[in-house]
Amino acid sequence: MSAAPARLPTPLILSAPAALLFGALILTPLVLTALLSFNEFEHATGRTHGFTVAHYAAVLSDSYYLEIFLRTFRVAALATAICVVIGVPEAYILSRMRNPWRSVFLLVVLAPLLVSVVVRAFGWSMLLGPEGPVNAVLMALGFGRMRLLYNEGTVIVALVHVMLPFMVIPVWTSLQKLDPAVEQAALSFGASRATAIVRVVAPQILPGILSGSLIVFGLSASAFAIPGLLGGRRLKMVATIVYDQYLSDLNWPMGAAVAVLLLAANLIVMLTYHRVVEGHYRRRLG
Amino acid sequence: MSFLELKDITKSYGTLNAVSDVTLSVEKGEFVSLLGPSGCGKTTTLQMIAGFVEPTSGTIRLDGRDITHAKANSRGLGIVFQSYALFPHMTVFDNVSFGLEMQRVPKSDRRPRVEEALELVHLAAYAGRYPRELSGGQRQRVALARAIVIRPPVLLLDEPLSNLDAKLREAMQFELRDIQRKVGTTTVMVTHDQAEAFSISDRVVVMESGRITQIDQPYRIYEHPETEFISRFVGKTNLLPGTVQAVNDRAATVSLGGVPVEIDAGALVRGDTVTLCIRPEKLRLTGTGLGRLPGRVAERYFLGSQWLYHIDGPLGTLMAVTPNDGSAPLDTGEPVGLDWTPSVVRVHRGRLAEAPDPTLEAH
Repeated sequence: MSAAPARLPTPLILSAPAALLFGALILTPLVLTALLSFNEFEHATGRTHGFTVAHYAAVLSDSYYLEIFLRTFRVAALATAICVVIGVPEAYILSRMRNPWRSVFLLVVLAPLLVSVVVRAFGWSMLLGPEGPVNAVLMALGFGRMRLLYNEGTVIVALVHVMLPFMVIPVWTSLQKLDPAVEQAALSFGASRATAIVRVVAPQILPGILSGSLIVFGLSASAFAIPGLLGGRRLKMVATIVYDQYLSDLNWPMGAAVAVLLLAANLIVMLTYHRVVEGHYRRRLG
Repeated sequence: MSFLELKDITKSYGTLNAVSDVTLSVEKGEFVSLLGPSGCGKTTTLQMIAGFVEPTSGTIRLDGRDITHAKANSRGLGIVFQSYALFPHMTVFDNVSFGLEMQRVPKSDRRPRVEEALELVHLAAYAGRYPRELSGGQRQRVALARAIVIRPPVLLLDEPLSNLDAKLREAMQFELRDIQRKVGTTTVMVTHDQAEAFSISDRVVVMESGRITQIDQPYRIYEHPETEFISRFVGKTNLLPGTVQAVNDRAATVSLGGVPVEIDAGALVRGDTVTLCIRPEKLRLTGTGLGRLPGRVAERYFLGSQWLYHIDGPLGTLMAVTPNDGSAPLDTGEPVGLDWTPSVVRVHRGRLAEAPDPTLEAH
């Protein structure tokens, strides 16, 4: 009889690298930021180590900050909604294509990910700037020069452009898992193609749409480069005021408090959304 | 004029013909099976009837109406898919109700019809469940109920039982036939399983490389296979190549590697190259020295209701099947005699195209 094999904590060993990386690079800075947000701050002396909730009180009671929070979530929600409206049909059409076109167009969808967000933001600002090609066309058509930059709409358009792959990929993945016969079944029972898509295909790819929207919303709400470069100095979003607090006002505790609040608000919105949508479909789709 | 008519249907993908010149007439209320190995074009043929694949040439007529190019959602056929293709996000009731809803049947009429269909497949108690909460056999029944509730002119079954385990498959075969009889719907089934095709079909269509090779009643196909391929594909068979040595009015003598064997004459002439087919269950095992050929048991397999013997003899190894009547079976190495009635021997002209491929032999 052989001795019982020594119980190796294999699962622990295997998950250790990821856990260490996660702990060192995400949890530690988060905890430090949270601690920092409770420090006192004096303009003359800078950060002190006393404990205060004054920064949170200041943010939550100031309509200036609340407006920025509201704008951030409005922009993120609109960008997410537009991504759903564009991304879902795009993924569906992609899944219906045959090779080689499918590979070509998948590459087209994913290609923007290979270009830096900053470069893309500059691209948009050149395109929409006062001397840009869009204005040139508008002038040629007799509409006159328009101010296209530095407003919410531009930020949303640019966010949609950046975020679209994050919507297309999860939806595409759930479409791949779909049995093509299910759509055929709907057709064979007399459904039009549109009815088949709405009644049979869409409900089944809902989990994909859900994860896509969560990714897009989370990234949009905390986006920095796009609102920073295309929103200009006046159209502020939460991520840009965190930056301002840290680097212009040098009020680190205030910046930390805003960052923590953004994280909390983001989590609440996403968890609620997840609960509502997923809870509705858990029993059906397992 | 037949109810469902396929005339010279061909489907080509580039230079490859998936289906070639398929002509088939199905009478109203008939149960017809398309039988063949994978890649023989049976599924493509079914998909053309369903409207998911457009024929390259030929016509399909349903009840006198040309539906060759009609859209799938305008044909109103009931289809049971191999994967069942149930709508996973809908309850059993809603799955079955879907087709009626698409036909704009008023809500008040839908409920009794759905309930009736579920009753027919013994699933009335499961109306509120979701497909993933059902077993494979139950899903299969939902798929069937969903297809027959719309009272389709033709029911199409695509390998409907292939995802079920052996026991359930057999039970469902009989149930399927029973339900089809009750409803009286014209049915076309695709299958690669000859037992399935034989037990429940009125007629079987054997397909091979995109062509129909024989259309007949199951018993006729088994007893009178028109090609050597069919005799190999349908059931087990002993194939013996030989040459016709002598012919008189009633009998012909075929030399099988030097061993003379007498068969019914048919239209053979001296010198013809032929292949003889004898089904294993048609061979009788007799005492040593009796019968037409001597042999020795090389191997025996217990199949439950039958014994399958491999008998070594002057013609090579032959398969013989005897019913398990409770008596002691023959032992390996035991000498036996082989006998058969001349009328059970089927003759195909020509040599074997290739060595019999055991993977083609359905069980």
